[in-house]
Amino acid sequence: MGLQTKIALFPPRRLNCPLRCRCVSQISTHGNTMKDTDIKRLLYTHLLCIFSIILSVFIPSFFLENFSILETHLTWLCICSAFVTAVNLLLYLVVKPTASSKKSSLSHKITRFLKCCIYFLMSCFSFHIIFVLYGAPLIELVLETFLFAVILSTFTTVPCLCLLGPNLKAWLRVFSRNGVTSIWENSLQITTISSFVGTWLGALPIPLDWERPWQVWPISCTLGATFGYVAGLVISPLWIYWNRKQLTYKNN
Amino acid sequence: MRLGSGTFAACCVAIEVLGTAVFLRGFFPAPVRSSARTEHKEPPAPEPSAGASSNWTKLPPPLFSKVVIVLIDALRDDFVFGAKGVKFMPYTTYLVEKGAAHSFVAEAKPPTVTMPRIKALMTGSLPGFVDVVRNLNSPALLEDNVIKQAKAAGKRIIFYGDETWVKLFPKHFVEYDGTTSFFVSDYTEVDNNVTRHLDKVLKRGDWDILILHYLGLDHIGHISGPYSPLIGRKLSEMDSVLMKIHTALLSKERESSLPNLLVLCGDHGMSETGSHGASSTEEVNTPLVLISTAFERRPGDTRLPKHVQQTDLAATLAIGLGLPIPKDSVGSFLFPIVEGKSMREQLRFLHLNTVQLSKLLQENVPSYAKDPGFEQFKMSEKLHGNWIKLYLEENHSEVLFNLGTKVLRQYLDAMKILSLSLSTQVAQYDLYSMVVGTVMVVEVLTLLLLSIPQALCRKAQLEVPLSSPVFSLLFYLMFLVLSAVHVIVCTSAESSCYFCSLSWLAAGAVMLLISALLCAIVSALTKVFMDGSFLSKSPAHPDSRWSELDLLILFGTLGHVVSLGASSFVEEEHQTWYFLVNTLCLALSQEIYRSYFLGDSCEPQCHFPMDQGFDSLAPALQDRTGGGVSEHDKVHEGPSPFELLRGHERWMVLASPWLILTCCRLLRSLNQTGVQWAHRPDLGHWLTSSDHKAELSILAALSLLIIFVLVQRGCSSVSKAALALGLLGVYCYRAAIGNVLFPWQQGNRDISKGIIEARFVYVFVLGILFTGTKDLLKSQVLAADRKTKTVGLWEIYSGLVLLAALLFRPHNLPVLAFSLLIQTIMTKFIWKPLKHDAAEITVMHYWFGQAFFYFQGNSNNIATVDISAGFVGLDTYVEIPAMFLTAFGTYAGPVLWASHLVHFLSSQTSSSSALSHACFCYALICSIPVSTYIIFVTSLRYHLFIWSVFSPKLLYEGMHLLITAAICVFFTAMDQTSLTKS
Repeated sequence: MGLQTKIALFPPRRLNCPLRCRCVSQISTHGNTMKDTDIKRLLYTHLLCIFSIILSVFIPSFFLENFSILETHLTWLCICSAFVTAVNLLLYLVVKPTASSKKSSLSHKITRFLKCCIYFLMSCFSFHIIFVLYGAPLIELVLETFLFAVILSTFTTVPCLCLLGPNLKAWLRVFSRNGVTSIWENSLQITTISSFVGTWLGALPIPLDWERPWQVWPISCTLGATFGYVAGLVISPLWIYWNRKQLTYKNN
Repeated sequence: MRLGSGTFAACCVAIEVLGTAVFLRGFFPAPVRSSARTEHKEPPAPEPSAGASSNWTKLPPPLFSKVVIVLIDALRDDFVFGAKGVKFMPYTTYLVEKGAAHSFVAEAKPPTVTMPRIKALMTGSLPGFVDVVRNLNSPALLEDNVIKQAKAAGKRIIFYGDETWVKLFPKHFVEYDGTTSFFVSDYTEVDNNVTRHLDKVLKRGDWDILILHYLGLDHIGHISGPYSPLIGRKLSEMDSVLMKIHTALLSKERESSLPNLLVLCGDHGMSETGSHGASSTEEVNTPLVLISTAFERRPGDTRLPKHVQQTDLAATLAIGLGLPIPKDSVGSFLFPIVEGKSMREQLRFLHLNTVQLSKLLQENVPSYAKDPGFEQFKMSEKLHGNWIKLYLEENHSEVLFNLGTKVLRQYLDAMKILSLSLSTQVAQYDLYSMVVGTVMVVEVLTLLLLSIPQALCRKAQLEVPLSSPVFSLLFYLMFLVLSAVHVIVCTSAESSCYFCSLSWLAAGAVMLLISALLCAIVSALTKVFMDGSFLSKSPAHPDSRWSELDLLILFGTLGHVVSLGASSFVEEEHQTWYFLVNTLCLALSQEIYRSYFLGDSCEPQCHFPMDQGFDSLAPALQDRTGGGVSEHDKVHEGPSPFELLRGHERWMVLASPWLILTCCRLLRSLNQTGVQWAHRPDLGHWLTSSDHKAELSILAALSLLIIFVLVQRGCSSVSKAALALGLLGVYCYRAAIGNVLFPWQQGNRDISKGIIEARFVYVFVLGILFTGTKDLLKSQVLAADRKTKTVGLWEIYSGLVLLAALLFRPHNLPVLAFSLLIQTIMTKFIWKPLKHDAAEITVMHYWFGQAFFYFQGNSNNIATVDISAGFVGLDTYVEIPAMFLTAFGTYAGPVLWASHLVHFLSSQTSSSSALSHACFCYALICSIPVSTYIIFVTSLRYHLFIWSVFSPKLLYEGMHLLITAAICVFFTAMDQTSLTKS
């Protein structure tokens, strides 16, 4: 059972793995109860992520003076990003370690980790470029824009890296129509898309002339991204639960 | 009757234009006016008195013998009262701070454009918004005004400056010299032409009023903004002019018994970018300084300038000159100017002004008796009478003084409240005309929406139920009811109504149209329901999932439409379009990557999302199933769209969205528009500053080269040569008027108007357009192959590009070049390989067209219209060509994208009905915002920003609709040629 859940949590990346075929048959025999426990796990992990974001709002105020989301926005961005990354990694390490360690050596692990870091940085830079293309100032507020890119990468790239690893083909598969192969990938798709949509919607209030502190670049966008991410975390287990009858993962 | 969807859409847009015109006529209200004719002279109100009869029944005598008004265009309040004033206008600052002067900050009401401001200053009324549109050819001012009164009183008036005055007040000046305000690049000559008369006139002294209107400062603002070093120099020049006039007036004063008055004022301010027209604080606040020896100033008495209304000047001048106050004036005179007079005289002046205001209120507000200002006025008039009685009884005691002060305070209060309630009640909307216009527009929109399924089907034809209304009872009933309503409204309305003033025949025709449209909607609705019930039985189409692009297009359109309800989003509409276009590019890149990387391995249903058209409803799917399936199969059986491309082209496909995004980002930083971020430094200002002429020249030349390279590929050899010569002519024209330099020409050359060069280009524009038209006709008459038609369309397109290149300012030429570049990239690497359907391509063209409208530096503000485009190649202001050129210059972006759309669709051989589909979609996507905006504006008509933000946008929308109508007609014509051929 333990092995099964682990595999179901983090499906292996290689399609021709013999281990996998065995699991598929087992999972299909287990049927709905299997799915329900999976969804429960998904819900718990997501609640943990939401909890980490809430903590990132409250904990720093014990240690730092004058901490508030709006005034010391950059600090909060760093802290929130660190918290979410930590929780994601933690979940990955707690649930995952055996699945790939069987075949991979330490050096393989390290290259994999380095690759992940490079991917993360690349995603930060590409988000930064996209923001500038969207009209963010090129020279002023570079740090703000970059930290915004970092937090958006934390919400989108980090879970992808944890779940799929530095494997572009798998990413493309997950983010194309009907390419999802498990509940986890499905929830990943939903949270990522909702983070993006949240960011996109977060840009809308900027031109309004209300002169509120949260309308300053990039606060509304980062808040939008955070709300989008949280909304995705909440919605995806519910959505999967509601559609559990219709959901069939073809390659699973 | 069967109609092609293109023709149908064109008809719909034409009706919509009519409806919008009626709406606009009703929306832009007639300003507050006194109904009494000016010819008929009323005796001035006698002094009120209780019982005893006063001997003061005539107008009080003038306070000043000579008045000089120095109006400096775009004089902002801080240019006089701020740090700039201290630095550059020492004499004026001295007068303001220490001398015998009263200084005020006069608040101008938007639109802050010269002609309405002059009207406001001289009539004291608030001109309607329509005055902005009529700004270009100012007709004579018919309303009662100070100048007219002064002339009637036999005063001799001399005017030098902006010739708008001469047009507004023809035959009022005994001597004048008008300077034209349209050559914005000239800021020294224009003022020297005013100042050169000064010495002579000041020495002569055979005049009573002297008006000087200096334009130089405004021109500097337009060229280089309020922080230009030129501003300081101009202000010092103005200061010396003031000093000259003031000393001359002081020396003259010894000869006459009465003191003289010198007025320094501005017509409007200057925004942070140097333009004007809107309602920011910098544009609205102007200084108003009254200088006269009559004003006593205790030493050490320094006070901040008080805020007053610009309209107050008319009443002040009238009282100062002993004239009746203009009838339409909503201003209250500036009380400090009579502070030195006796109590009785002060009260007399106050009484005159309040009587005039309350009369105006009585004529314009039905419930005037309940107005607090009017009540206050009645009370103070009674008190005033008592005071006069006491006064005439020779009771010069403390009691009299106290009572007098009380009356004075009450009068001032009454005047303030009256003035305020009059100016808030600028006018009533002509609701009836507005409703008629709205009903027409909304009906047309509903009809368009209902006919989507039919219009976007493969045949692109639809049944227009025209015969059924003629025989239906509903039609006649509707017509009767509407006629009855019309008669009732028109006979009962107290206020004037434009729609009632139309002839009965025209009104009846409009009513017929409305009821016919209603019947058409009803029959279309029943048809939809019938089809719908039929459809629900049949199984749903398996392919009905919309692609992300379709969703984006749908939500983008909806979001944009909804955003028009918020004033900030209207002000910053360019942000909406840039945002949408960027998202569109990202969605396209996602689509490209998906079909590039996953195109081969994925299952059929996720292989290639079938494009359903962004708004095709279920019946459309049903209709298209037949063709859709075959197309679908074709796609799958054939090779992946990318396999046809060669190696480097594949890379280009992958890079193209990013290339387009980069272009858009560059263009975005070229012209900052809108309101909030308009003051940010941008490339356009950097390029136009005189230090960077060389860079501008290089950029302009490069852009022209790119334009040539991109445009010539589709042209015949004759037009190629014409295009090259034309573009060369454009550069020569810009060099002639001094915008750019030739490499061999160093330093400043004499600047001409460049008439010859511009006309040289016009010849080529007309030549290319003629060749294009000839090709089109040939393809129609001789049934020649499609190629002739494509070439003809491309030639028309290149003619328009050449015209745009001539009209655009040189720093905007990159906009044109990038527009062509993006069109080329999109055509080659996105639309052709991805095989979008006509509806999607149309919407994309529309979005890019809108974005380019703002890339050009336009905004939803009247001030950003580049009127200099109307003077290219013209000696003087000729109305029709100037209007046409300005309109084309402003809407060049949307027009060029639309004509590219026509060419692109007719060059694609895929579908014969593509052009009809495109025409229909274009009409629909343009009419959705217009109709919604009309409803928004109607509901927001008492919004605070209705005049400054929503009205200009309404004018822009109306103009855009007109241009859309023209485009749709062109579309339909092209469609007809293809139909007749086949």
